[in-house]
Amino acid sequence: MKAGENKLRSKVRALADGVATGLAILSTALVVAPLLIIFGYLVYKGASSLNLDFFTQIPKPEGETGGGMANAIVGSGVVLGLASLIGIPIGIGSGIYLAEFGRGTKLAETVRFTADVLNGVPSIVMGMAVYALVVSPAMPFSALSGGLALGIMMIPTVCRTTEEMLLMVPHAVREAALGLGVPNWRSVLSITVKTASPGIITGCMLAFARVAGETAPLIFTAFGNAFWSISLFRPIAALPLSIYIYANSPYEDQHRQAWAGALVLIILIVAAVSLVRWVTSRGVLKGAS
Amino acid sequence: MGVGIEVINLNAWYGTNHTLQDINLNIPANHATALIGPSGCGKSTFVRCLNRMHETNPIARVTGTVRIGELDIYEDSKPVEVRRRVGMVFQRPNPFPTMSIYDNVAAGLKLNGFSNRRVLNEIVEKSLKNSALWDEVKDDLKKKSGASLSGGQQQRLCIARALAVDPEVLLMDEPASALDPVSTSKIEDLIFQLKTQYTIVIVTHNMQQAARVAEKTGFFLNGRMVEFDSTHKIFTNPSDKRTEDYITGRFG
Repeated sequence: MKAGENKLRSKVRALADGVATGLAILSTALVVAPLLIIFGYLVYKGASSLNLDFFTQIPKPEGETGGGMANAIVGSGVVLGLASLIGIPIGIGSGIYLAEFGRGTKLAETVRFTADVLNGVPSIVMGMAVYALVVSPAMPFSALSGGLALGIMMIPTVCRTTEEMLLMVPHAVREAALGLGVPNWRSVLSITVKTASPGIITGCMLAFARVAGETAPLIFTAFGNAFWSISLFRPIAALPLSIYIYANSPYEDQHRQAWAGALVLIILIVAAVSLVRWVTSRGVLKGAS
Repeated sequence: MGVGIEVINLNAWYGTNHTLQDINLNIPANHATALIGPSGCGKSTFVRCLNRMHETNPIARVTGTVRIGELDIYEDSKPVEVRRRVGMVFQRPNPFPTMSIYDNVAAGLKLNGFSNRRVLNEIVEKSLKNSALWDEVKDDLKKKSGASLSGGQQQRLCIARALAVDPEVLLMDEPASALDPVSTSKIEDLIFQLKTQYTIVIVTHNMQQAARVAEKTGFFLNGRMVEFDSTHKIFTNPSDKRTEDYITGRFG
């Protein structure tokens, strides 16, 4: 081969490399940009309404300025806490069943299919269903029914990520535990689930963050409340509901509060996810994979 | 102390595949016994039948008798009990990735509900010393993950983990095949020391290794045991033509 030809080839190769790298950087920017734009816009619109009152006061009567969303912030916490209590254990439990005990069975096949369908059910339908099946016959509008609606929505995400993360644990790790004379159930809980726990926690956080912003299922269940309430059996306020109501109001002050609420909602979600990640990453050892 | 293993008319199937046919042999206590043979000849299946690990595969089935010492493992015992008496080291080092070095060694005891801290400390130290890893890891026992060690160290960690539950037999399924020569020779030295206390059965593809570490050698071919004799006899004057062909490199 001639020297000139070689030189040309290496130039073409360098060019192709540059183009590919450039495209990758561009795509990354396109992924990050919407998030930054949304966040920036929220800060621009909402930050001015953020003050101590916003976090400590309940809403003022319509038409009056001032007041805050303390009840909605706490209410969101209560409803999401309930949702996690319902969705995470059931989701993880069913995920463990799918990956470890039910492999290849008809039941597992059915559960997996059901979870996937459940994942695709629109959130407004979930709200209506919980309203029709639980709220109207058995329980009034309440924090509990709101938590139930969101909890059911968390189950499929948690279940399927748990299953996938467990299946990624190498067979050799399971064999090591069984080879030591550890019973299968113990091996699953103490070895397989523990090895997969970072991924399982990520799945739970994804499910949590997704339902944290849901409005539709809460309209028919938690209902919203303009007053202070943390009772599980009464209607309760929640940030997405308050944002929805305020954004539809005719008053400029309430619009600003809606923006502030949206900003707080996003910050709280990020804070909750980061906190969980921080807490769960503290025990990780040097060189652990 | 190690105990002998007596295998009588052992047959094994994976689905409809008859992988082991009429295996009979006596493995002596406190010696190393090597099993050689080409890939797929059934030697790995055979060692898995000695601690009922084959049962983790739902399509596996076994008939025949295996006695570990006095215990008929298929008649008188449960898989978890057998596996505590018959430890296993696998082909690829498989430490528990989320656990510290200490917890890896203690895992077998802890997961079976043993929690006396002082005794655990002693057992972990003794096991790591027995697997010739203590000096390399004693300062990082609880700081480093088992997965942070080198491949050879990981394999010795797995040996320590198997020793910690105080087995009588140690099965090693190609324990050095994923390791470099230096690590391999360390594992072989270890086998020399360990066989004074345990009965060792080692599956290997490396015939020099079999010749170096084992007093007895069995040659497997197509699911049958062709020949079982002293290692010296197998490698210098085998009775069966097929054994001779294999060890002289004519196939496999």
